[in-house]
Amino acid sequence: MTPVMHLNTPSHCTQSPVEPPAGFDAAAIRAQFPVLQREFNGKPLVYLDNAATTQKPRPVIDTITHFYEHDYGTVRRGVYALCEGSTRAYEEARAKVSRFINAPLSCGVIFTKGTTEAINLVATGYGRPNVGRGDEVIVSALEHHANLVPWQQLCKDVGATLKVIPINDAGELDMAAYKKLLSKKTKLVAVTHVSNALGTVNPIKAIIDEAHQAGAVVLVDGAQAASHIPIDVQALDCDFYCFSGHKLYGPSGIGVLYAKICHLDEMTPYQYGGEMIESVTFEESTFTKPPNKFEAGTPPIVQAVGLGAAIDYVNQIGLPTIAAWEAYLLDIATRKLSTIDGLHIVGTAADKVSLISFVMDQAHPLDIGTILDTEAIAIRTGHHCAQPVMKRYNLPATARASFAFYNTVDDVDRLVAGLHKVIELFE
Amino acid sequence: MTMTHSTDQIQAAIVETFKTLPDWDSRYKHIIQLGKQLPNMADADKTADNIVKGCQSQVWMTASLNDDGTITFIADSDAVIVRGLISLILRLYSGQTPQTILETRPSFIDDIEMTQHISAQRSNGLHAMIKQIQFYAIAYKMKLEQGL
Repeated sequence: MTPVMHLNTPSHCTQSPVEPPAGFDAAAIRAQFPVLQREFNGKPLVYLDNAATTQKPRPVIDTITHFYEHDYGTVRRGVYALCEGSTRAYEEARAKVSRFINAPLSCGVIFTKGTTEAINLVATGYGRPNVGRGDEVIVSALEHHANLVPWQQLCKDVGATLKVIPINDAGELDMAAYKKLLSKKTKLVAVTHVSNALGTVNPIKAIIDEAHQAGAVVLVDGAQAASHIPIDVQALDCDFYCFSGHKLYGPSGIGVLYAKICHLDEMTPYQYGGEMIESVTFEESTFTKPPNKFEAGTPPIVQAVGLGAAIDYVNQIGLPTIAAWEAYLLDIATRKLSTIDGLHIVGTAADKVSLISFVMDQAHPLDIGTILDTEAIAIRTGHHCAQPVMKRYNLPATARASFAFYNTVDDVDRLVAGLHKVIELFE
Repeated sequence: MTMTHSTDQIQAAIVETFKTLPDWDSRYKHIIQLGKQLPNMADADKTADNIVKGCQSQVWMTASLNDDGTITFIADSDAVIVRGLISLILRLYSGQTPQTILETRPSFIDDIEMTQHISAQRSNGLHAMIKQIQFYAIAYKMKLEQGL
């Protein structure tokens, strides 16, 4: 079997148990998610791939259906009632996003198709004009390919150098090494708020402050953070923050780029088309102000409205309550998984979201995932689009169970039972 | 030389075995058993050139043309279930001529009634492996036709 290097005992196991938030009814919440009522192979679904994408609650589904049935029209283009109503709903969704991350102005919130597009938009619209030959861009060793490859390709194209903040064996960023990487050559730091492969929560405020002192701007990939951690872009003082709707219980096909308005004013558009134009002749075009300047073509109208409904839903329960329940589940799951013979948890940072990456001596991650699937337990297996992280641990792949607030202690127990079945089959 | 079974007979035998297994659990147990029994590929052959792309686990495959015009395939994986699938695929295709390989559709995958779990799951590399086997067959067929 694959040798496993330097995997520490999770610090959780030596600490006192985490208490669940008072009055939290996970079963009642779970009942609001139609897909979670499904059975596979005659067994109720245990959905533990929330870091890949989250399921949708009834109010989000109903909002989308109602909007298509009653309110749907194009935005910003017509004078008729449906268009006016759609435009209002679309802009109200932007305002909800803006309040959700405490952005100072709604016009600093751009709708994209997801985090990946948001990062590519910045790499093109900000990176191309501002990063040049001899400059440096810093990323971390924890990045998802989506926050690594756009910067790597930018650096290749303009003759800049990509620097990487290393991690320790627990999967935490080496902040001393980061400080040494920063210099006046550093133009931009692009770093993930939370690692998708290990669950590590990065000290993002310190990263941003250090970068600003060196004169660099900072993009934060919040894809894995937005559903777990309250975001305040003003307190963070980040230049760019991105996340995806589908990981926040909203629809697929919608993402958010928050940017400081001073950057948006100067950035070049990423795509060209309708409704981002002030005037066009065959020789010349002038562009409108943000956010429209970055939303060429008919935008994802219903997806935006659905994201607004998801934010309402999350706010109703409250991110601190959600985080407290998830911390409780993470603690229980970490303790229980740690007692399984031959199971090694990969990524044991002190500050983690509710995600456990692991390998087993008895079985390959693909074998683990396949057998769990026969038990109707959905986990992720593979390199998690973070091949450099896997390489750091000398692993081709891991199995990853990621928990949301609709998961229950019973889900953890089903996972543990499934893993015992894996051992029984492969030993 | 032993008589080569026709690919139809081989597929029928595979399906027959699976039919005696009542549920997914026992079918998986069978595949895992096959995976454990598959001979290991020599480490020296587990090179980057022999990696079959498109699999979530690592899969290696080599092919060699025999004097009688048949192809011998050897394959391995770091995942046991994938080794089990390799065992089934090799049973069907290894030792066949390029012509037979290209004419044989792996119908047993549908017929063992695990389609939801196996053929649909591209990540296990089954499709990639079959494609690779077909590439080898095409290459060796051309080689034989050109008298190389």
